[in-house]
Parts: sequence; structure tokens; C-alpha cells
Amino acid sequence: MTKERITGAQALIRSLELEGTEVIFGLPGGCILPAYDPLIESSIRHVLVRHEQGAGHMAEGYAHVTGRPGVALVTSGPAATNMVTPLCDAYMDSIPMVCITGQVPTTAIGTDAFQECDTVGITRSVTKHNELVMSAQDLPRAIREAFHIATTGRPGPVLVDVPKDVLQNTMEWYWPDSVDLPGYAPQVKGDPQAIRAAAKLILASERPVLYAGGGILKARAAEALRELAELTDIHVVTTLMARGAFPDSHPLCLGMPGMHGNATAITAMQKSDLLVALGSRFDDRITGKVPTFAPEAKIIHVDIDPAEHGKVRRPDVPIVGDCREVIIELIREIRNLLSSGDVQADTSVWKSRVSGWREQFPLAYIASEPGEALKPQACLEALRDSSPPGTILCSGVGQHQMWSSQYWTFEEPYTWVNSGGLGTMGFSIPAAIGAKVGRPDRTVWAVDGDGCFQMTAQELTTASVERIPIKVAVLNNSYLGMVRQWQEMFYDERYSEVYLNQDLPNIAMWAEAMGCVGIRVDSPEEIQPAIDKANAINDRPVVIDFRTDARENVFPMVPAGFSNDDVLVHPSQSDRRAFLR
Amino acid sequence: MSSANHHILSVLVENRSGVLARVAGLFARRGYNIFSLAVAPTEDDRFSRLTIVVDVDSSPLEQITKQLFKLIEVIKISELDPRAAVERELLIATINATEAARGRVLELVQVFEGKVLAVGTDALTVSLEGQPSKIDDFEELLRGYGIVELQRTGRIALPKLNRERTRAPHAATERAS
Repeated sequence: MTKERITGAQALIRSLELEGTEVIFGLPGGCILPAYDPLIESSIRHVLVRHEQGAGHMAEGYAHVTGRPGVALVTSGPAATNMVTPLCDAYMDSIPMVCITGQVPTTAIGTDAFQECDTVGITRSVTKHNELVMSAQDLPRAIREAFHIATTGRPGPVLVDVPKDVLQNTMEWYWPDSVDLPGYAPQVKGDPQAIRAAAKLILASERPVLYAGGGILKARAAEALRELAELTDIHVVTTLMARGAFPDSHPLCLGMPGMHGNATAITAMQKSDLLVALGSRFDDRITGKVPTFAPEAKIIHVDIDPAEHGKVRRPDVPIVGDCREVIIELIREIRNLLSSGDVQADTSVWKSRVSGWREQFPLAYIASEPGEALKPQACLEALRDSSPPGTILCSGVGQHQMWSSQYWTFEEPYTWVNSGGLGTMGFSIPAAIGAKVGRPDRTVWAVDGDGCFQMTAQELTTASVERIPIKVAVLNNSYLGMVRQWQEMFYDERYSEVYLNQDLPNIAMWAEAMGCVGIRVDSPEEIQPAIDKANAINDRPVVIDFRTDARENVFPMVPAGFSNDDVLVHPSQSDRRAFLR
Repeated sequence: MSSANHHILSVLVENRSGVLARVAGLFARRGYNIFSLAVAPTEDDRFSRLTIVVDVDSSPLEQITKQLFKLIEVIKISELDPRAAVERELLIATINATEAARGRVLELVQVFEGKVLAVGTDALTVSLEGQPSKIDDFEELLRGYGIVELQRTGRIALPKLNRERTRAPHAATERAS
């Protein structure tokens, strides 16, 4: 049988199909043009974005909610540089993503040709791996490897840079049966001895906390986590990247720790004698000042990336492995120990301390009177209470992100999409579009700030044209709110370049211009009707411009560089501050 | 130029384009300095070996090693204990050697078992291969005569052979599984 000869472009699209790609987020241009031709015949849906950054964040949003790699396809030069932010975002948050960029023809590489840039050089430090493919014959192998690397071990973004002539040349079609990467073999199974040591520490602990991070979601380990928590009756904190990994309504759930976490979650970690870190990485937003972080805690650290062990805090028991596999083994080991006579330490004193904190330090804000400016927290509570179960919440970066994480009740995994590590303003709208494409059956709300909104709002046109009916709630306080809060608290209220403008742009009109329904809400009694109206619209995107109180700050707060012991609680609770000791 | 904190990493990598940039970029991005670096293909042309000397405490070294492991093209990393490794470096230098000084420079080269590579009217180009500490001494002594130009290679190293029993030559931190 003679082998089939096809173009590199056809091989690229066929390879993407064989990897199960159902949607590509992209924007064509000179060097990637050949790849767009076979796309016409392909079964793959293409979502045409308005800016390449949007394509990247859409691919991320899609990956967040489906667990499958998001795929972005863009051209060379400026398109590739526009992709740097999403790649870095995906790298920081371990999001599986494959990005294909066009490149100038191999003969022109290095000549400063039109729309040439050193894409693999520029993206080297923001990808898990990247490759410049110099021959059409290599394309199936490169794509196969890219998907393998992006989705296994610690997931991350992989970029494949393809010169125009590589797309145009012909090749002899093949599909590799396996990947040949001698230097890449992530360790999935945990070391049994370490797991046994961890099980013993857990049973011996009197003040244990399960510190669940984004790795729980990447490993599809939410059920295993719940089983571990219930078996041992140990409280769980869910980091910003792990919201939804453990149900907020569960009696053992303490919610989010960290800089804007709740006082109970922060303090429970701080006072614990054992932290079981599961797919979490001791980020500075969690630990506060590292030398004073959880000083009495022993550390069990489960992570598939061995470089996370000891990067910030040296673990007593490091376990390299997939969170799900390790937790399942840990549960088995604990059961074995219990059935062979081991007894779990008494945690009742600790439990009552924790419930005391919970009682004393619920999230707090002062509600506004009719006619006054909206409280962002009230908007979020109304949104939360009006949303069907399984609603996916996306957010940008800043105050609105923290309030979203605090005030939403996350009941299931993969319902929270945000930019944690990189903190990319403008993330929410494109990410919400990607999420809605991945889960069209779900209601998808993007909560955004007015600063973030203006960074990527153009993708609402994409959403309208492509009939992707996301819903957007802009908490418009006319400021770069988080910066404003820091200037108020740490720069003596000297406000420098943080005021935007509540009326410019007119968000509702702008939304209408992009084919969305635009709604503006000025006073508290209008909140609910606006949300009801938005929820009733399912044939196009909706944007609500909530005019919120600019003076509202996010509490609790651990100021940057301070110890978690110095958490600032809401002013209405500061009189009982001593209770946290 | 040897210090208490110097560590030798022998890194086996796939021979693909951009690998050196990846390794160098990783050091720069994580804020570590490469003290010296030598790269060349190995006996198997699919692989190259990088010999990297870093000057750090052992805990950042662990981070460096782990981060290096994450590079897809890195196959194996061995940390060579300087006491259990043979190290070599090559120096070539052009030295001021007027007639009056030439005899003394030649004597020095002889004592160190170096070589004379080129002779000019009032300069000599000499070479010395050997242990880095020996090269350091040689360089220091040459300095007195006036060094016109000097170039040292990065250090290369292999583990010392164990004569008592046969075993894998590398006391290696090999990639898990």
C-alpha cells in the first residue's frame, strides 16, 4: 500500500482531530494561513476571536471546566507575542493547553522577516515545553508530544511553532503509536513508605488541616479528598485555585485561606500541628511571611511536581505522585492502621476552637440602604442565590475576584475559573467564553471589575457572533479597586492613578454595541430584577453594570509581607480580634 | 577559583536545538549563577553532556536540580562530589615573555607540565590541562609576567572509578521512575 501524501497543514489539522480536539480558539494571519484552509473541511469548531490574548484565555477557560486541553491557533509575530500572557497564565496555574503559532518560512527565519519573532525563545520560560517544527514530516509527532506533555504530570501549556513552508510542504502521513520522550516520565504512584508515614502522622495529629490546592482539581481527586476528610474527620481549606474541590456547604469545609481568606481558614492553618498539603504549593498569598507560617505544623506535601517539595517550606513527609492516586492509597493505609488497632488522636479540643473562630468571624460587610451605592458583596450574594446549581463562575483579578471567591458557595469541582498565579486582569470574559463552549449546558457568569472589563471586553463581540451566551456582572466601582485599597491602607490614602470613571465608557451601551443585552443597576432594589432579567436571556450575552461603592474594601486581609497572625479582620469584628490567639 | 560551595552537575540531555538556551534560561530565571559550563556530544550522538559548575548552598542546589529535571530534554542529572570526581580544565594563555623573562616562563611551563603552543618575539602562548586548582595556581604565577590574553574552558568531570567492586559509576540523582 502506498503511503498517503498530504500537506503539512492537512497533517496538522488531522493530528489535532486525532487528539480529540473539538474546538480551536484562534485568529488567522499570514504565516498560519495554510492551516486555515483544511480547517474548512474539518469537524473541529473554530471560534474566531478579536484579539489573540482572548484565544489563549478561552482555551484556558475551556480546559478549566472540561479537564481537556484547550487549543489556540494564531499566526506569527504579534499574534505570538499577544499569546505570551495566556501562556504564562496557564503555566502558573498548570492549565493544559496547546498553542499552535505560525512562523515565517524556514528560509526566512533569522532575517527579521515581516511578522517574524523568536516565538520559541520568547515563550520558553512561560511554557512547559515548546518546539519549532522544521519539517512537515515531524508535525504528527510534534502534535502528539505536545498533547502528551500538556496533559500529563503537572499539566501546562505547550507551544508548537510551525513555519509557513512546513505547512505547505507535503509529507507522508503517519500517526505515532506512542511518544518517545526519554527524559519525561512523571511519577504518578506515591512511595508506599512515605504514604505509611503520612498516614501515621495524620492519625497522631491533634490539630490537623487538609490544605487542598489546585492539584486536587487537576488530578480529578475531589471525591477522594472528600473520602479522606470524612474518614479522618479533618477540616479542609480550599485555596483560590481549589475552590469547588470540596463543597463549601460541607461541615468540614473552612473555605479559602490566604491573603483574603477567611479568618478561620487562615488561623486554623496557622495554629495547626499538621498540614496535609494536597496539590498546593505554599504560595506567598497563602503563607504570608514564610518564617512565621504555621510554625508548629509538620508538613505532609503531596505533589506530582517534585520541585514543589521544599521550594518554600521543607516537608516532613514529601510524596511525589498524582493527588488522586496518593489520596486513595492514603485512605487505604489509614483504614489498615485503624483496623489493626491504631487509634486516631483526640481532635475534639481543636474542633471546638475552630468552631469558635467560625462563629466569631463570619465574612462581614455593612449592607447599604435603599438609594445608596451598591455593596459588591450584596450583588454577589444575589447572583449566587439566583443561580442554578452547577453554575460556572469566572472572574478577573482584583477585589471582585476575592469577593467572588469569598461570597460564592462552590458545591462542585470545575465551577470556578480564575487567574490565580499570574493574576491576569481581563481574564474573565474570554475565560467565560471558553468555559461556556466547553460546558454549553451550564450557566456561566463572568464577574468582572471595571478595570478588567476594559482589557478584554472586545471578546463579547466574539461571544455574540458565535452565539455563546455568557453572562457578565461588572462590579463597577470606577477604580482599580485593589490598588485603591492598597493606596488607602498602605500609602496614607494618597491615590495615584487609580481612578477610572464610572460613566466612561458607558458599559451597558458598549455591551449593546457588541450585540449583548446591557443592563445598568444603580440602587440596591434594582439588583434582583436585573439578575432575573439576565437569567431569562439565553440567546445572547448579557452584561450588567453594577454601580458599586468605591469605598468598600476586601476583608479579611493579611498585608503583603506580614505574618498570618496579623490578619486584619473586618472593622466590625476587630474588637474580638484577641479571640484568634 | 574553587570554593566550598561549588557543585558539579553532570547533565545528560537530548541533542535537540535550543536545549542549551533552555538550561541557561532556567538558571537565569530562577536567579542562579552558572560558574562554568562545558557542553559536548557524548559517545551516543543522540545525547549531549553539560558539565555545569554552580556556586550555591545545597538547598538551592536541590531546587536547581529539580527544576532542571522538569525540562523535557533533560535525561539524567548527576551531582558529582568534587572529592569523588576527576575534574579537568584547559587553559591557554599568551604571556609577555621578552628575552629576559622567557627562560623563567618556560621553566614555569615545564614545572607544571604545560605546553608551548606558539612563540613570538616577546610573547609565548602556552597551554595547561589539569585539575582546576592546578590551573588556578598556574594562572596566578603567570600573572606576574603579564597576561596578554587568557582563555579557560569550563570544567569537565567524571566520577572516580571504584576499584573495590563494580557498580554503576554515577552516584546519581536519577530521574524517578
